[in-house]
Amino acid sequence: MTTILVSDDSHAMLQMLTFVLQSAGYELQTANNGKDALKLAQQQTFDLIITDFNMPDLDGLSLLRLLRAMPQYQFKPILLLTTETDPAIKQAAREAKATGWVNKPFDPDKLLAAVKKVLG
Amino acid sequence: MPIDMTEVRQLFFEESLESLDLMEANLLDMTVGESDKELINSIFRVAHSIKGGAGIFKFENVVHFAHIAETLLGEIRSNEQSISQNIINTLLDAVDVLRMVLIALRDAHSYNENLVNQCQANLIQLLKKPFCEVDTTAINQTTTETAVITTPVITAPSSAPVVIKPQKQWKINFHPHAQIFQTGNDPLNLFMALAELGELTIHVDTGDLPSLEHLTPQQCYLAWELLLTTDADKSAIEEVFEWVLEESQLNIELLNTVIANTATEADSIITDSTISSPELVPQIVIHNENNENTANISPSENITLSTTCTENSPLEPASIPAFSEQSTTSQTHEITNDLPVTEILNSGKITEHTDEVHHRTVHTNLLAGEATSIRVNIDKIDELINIVGELVITQSMLDQISQNFELKKLNQLRDGLAQLERNTRELQDSIMRIRMLPISYSFNRFPRLVHDLSVTLGKKVELRLSGESTELDKTVLEKMSDPLVHLVRNALDHGIEPPEERLAKGKLEYGILSLHAYHQGGTIIIQISDDGGGIDLNKIYQKALVMNLLKPTEAVTEEQLYEFIFHAGFSTAQQVSDVSGRGVGMDVVRRNIRSLGGAIEVSSKINQGTTFTIRLPLTLAILDGQLVRVGEQIYILSLLSIIESLRLLPSQINLLAGKAEVYHLRNEYIPIVRLYRLFNIETPIRNLEDGLIVIVEGEGQKIGLFVDELLSQQQIVIKSLETNYKQVAGISGATILGDGSVALILDVISLIKLSQQKTIHYPHSTALPTFTNPSMLN
Repeated sequence: MTTILVSDDSHAMLQMLTFVLQSAGYELQTANNGKDALKLAQQQTFDLIITDFNMPDLDGLSLLRLLRAMPQYQFKPILLLTTETDPAIKQAAREAKATGWVNKPFDPDKLLAAVKKVLG
Repeated sequence: MPIDMTEVRQLFFEESLESLDLMEANLLDMTVGESDKELINSIFRVAHSIKGGAGIFKFENVVHFAHIAETLLGEIRSNEQSISQNIINTLLDAVDVLRMVLIALRDAHSYNENLVNQCQANLIQLLKKPFCEVDTTAINQTTTETAVITTPVITAPSSAPVVIKPQKQWKINFHPHAQIFQTGNDPLNLFMALAELGELTIHVDTGDLPSLEHLTPQQCYLAWELLLTTDADKSAIEEVFEWVLEESQLNIELLNTVIANTATEADSIITDSTISSPELVPQIVIHNENNENTANISPSENITLSTTCTENSPLEPASIPAFSEQSTTSQTHEITNDLPVTEILNSGKITEHTDEVHHRTVHTNLLAGEATSIRVNIDKIDELINIVGELVITQSMLDQISQNFELKKLNQLRDGLAQLERNTRELQDSIMRIRMLPISYSFNRFPRLVHDLSVTLGKKVELRLSGESTELDKTVLEKMSDPLVHLVRNALDHGIEPPEERLAKGKLEYGILSLHAYHQGGTIIIQISDDGGGIDLNKIYQKALVMNLLKPTEAVTEEQLYEFIFHAGFSTAQQVSDVSGRGVGMDVVRRNIRSLGGAIEVSSKINQGTTFTIRLPLTLAILDGQLVRVGEQIYILSLLSIIESLRLLPSQINLLAGKAEVYHLRNEYIPIVRLYRLFNIETPIRNLEDGLIVIVEGEGQKIGLFVDELLSQQQIVIKSLETNYKQVAGISGATILGDGSVALILDVISLIKLSQQKTIHYPHSTALPTFTNPSMLN
């Protein structure tokens, strides 16, 4: 079973993500903020982590860096959700070793295509 | 994407099967000796277009067969033949054979060749002119005068070029950054995504690969050259590489634009994409499913990635396992393109599947061309699109209100929500309407059935159909089809008398059988009536005595006697004929109808005929419900079953045998069922005067259900309790209310039965689950 961790501070966004990913047959866990996400990621190793960029407490980029420092997430796909189309943010994401990014608001098909692309 | 012929094939089968129905109907309209030009032309066109379509897909035996039928029809058209009953019957057989063969081809099943050969021989025998072969330009099959088809059981259905999109061939050089794995990206996954776009050939360059002792497993040393044949453009390819673009060297160039030549790939049922061209040896076919093995792929091998045939397979789900297995074997077996599918199927361990398939086909009912797809009137679709359009507008309106929401926008919000509610309701109605099919789908098979049966039974029957456009839920329609056939058979066999007997009775020689459908309130009524001998109540009475269902001393009403017809094992037929009197009985008919929430009634007059009246709900998915409260629990009653609700007069309550409570209402005694007691629910309202009595009717019996109070009436979406929990006596299903809680739907008929048992002794409770979590029903 492929398990995905989704982290976003917006409840509506989390619900949408949950709906789309669950209907596609993925197992999900959700977190409301970066700290909870990190906690969950430590408890179990997810096959994919999708995290929002802007979150209180611990933002997406910092979360990404912390995850990449953990041996179990060194090679795992991690996708960033971002509303910003600013190329600088993409550059930062790249430097923090994000696998890729998905623009918000997302098109369900594109999101699933992206998930499929990283999970195979 | 490779050209998807499966859809075109599907269309061919759908159209052909539909036009066969037309041909059948036309044949039944033909009269011996008369030559109706229009009818004959229409029949001719069907045979002709099936021949043409089958030619495109290289169904050679269909072409051959249709050609013979067409030749015969041609002779009729040019008045070389006159229409005899024999010709009509043979052509009807031909319709059956074509239908059987087409269904078998569609589902990749085998079929009974003997039937084909026999019918073909019959057709040839009828021909006036010696039969000449089909144009060899269309088919290169040589057959003898006896025209026995010698092709293997299954002819491989094939695709042929019809719609051609320009295919482009791209050469992609991809040299990823050595650290690509550290971002969680995997070239294999990227190639998988590319393979979704079309046919992909991968060549790996291992030039940079160091010797094992210098190799760091976390680094990527490989570069790839990819050849992609697709109709997608460059941006689609770039999008696949979007996340790794920066660090990697990527070069995409257009090699050439080709028109896909499907002819060479078309001969196999395993869609053209699965088997790569034979010159690539060794070859590996990778599925989307087993993709973990990149590491195992040794360099310099050509790999063909492709979407598996299971994804857009033309096959029925049941036969897919055979094919996925087959694809696995394709890694070991060498499959050449022109190997017939039968041989592939027979190789190795797949044989057992073929047997199974064969076995199943033998039982394939000719009439069971049950469509898994439905044809929907374009108006209904347009309406749906319209409503969705409105829904989108409402959504964006609400979206706007929600941004910077302040209290003075409350009215706007309320309007928006009201609009949303209206949209939702309309959407629901429209969707329901899509599932509705005209009853003609079911009625249309009867002309043929009646024709065949009246020949077998030596009776003369005129079939009258009316109200064919009455719409009914697809599920209800499908489940009604067997009961209807049974009732029609019964009417022909037992109802309508032989011509001599009819004449002797002073009736017309032709018996009339009519099928009539119409709406009445929220229900659909289907009537099957004949003007035959009627049901002899005397016979039923005698039979009931013999079967010990009745004591000679008992007084019995007409209704009770009719009721015996629906009793299992009850038949007054003198002997069992091969048409009826065995197999599914009237008890099964009634059970089927009841399982749909319907009812069947019979009325009959001796020597004047019998009428069966079937009442069915419009749809199974939604009912108009009355919410009632008992203690903390909310139950739902179908509005259709409720007769009235009232507060009791204490003086009118009687106790029978000191236990069972009955209420005297307008000359009727109505048993009272205290729901709280039946379901063991705590409620302060235990006095009959404090609550309400809801009088419900089921199967002609009335009971009064004692509830705390009536709540609202609303449309209820029915969720099955059985599939989510288990069957519970007295409950027919459940639903989720607006507040998210689960309410159970009461089953009136089984409540009546329960109450009859319970009047003898009230147990402490009927174990009834309380639901709090709606997810149990999802």
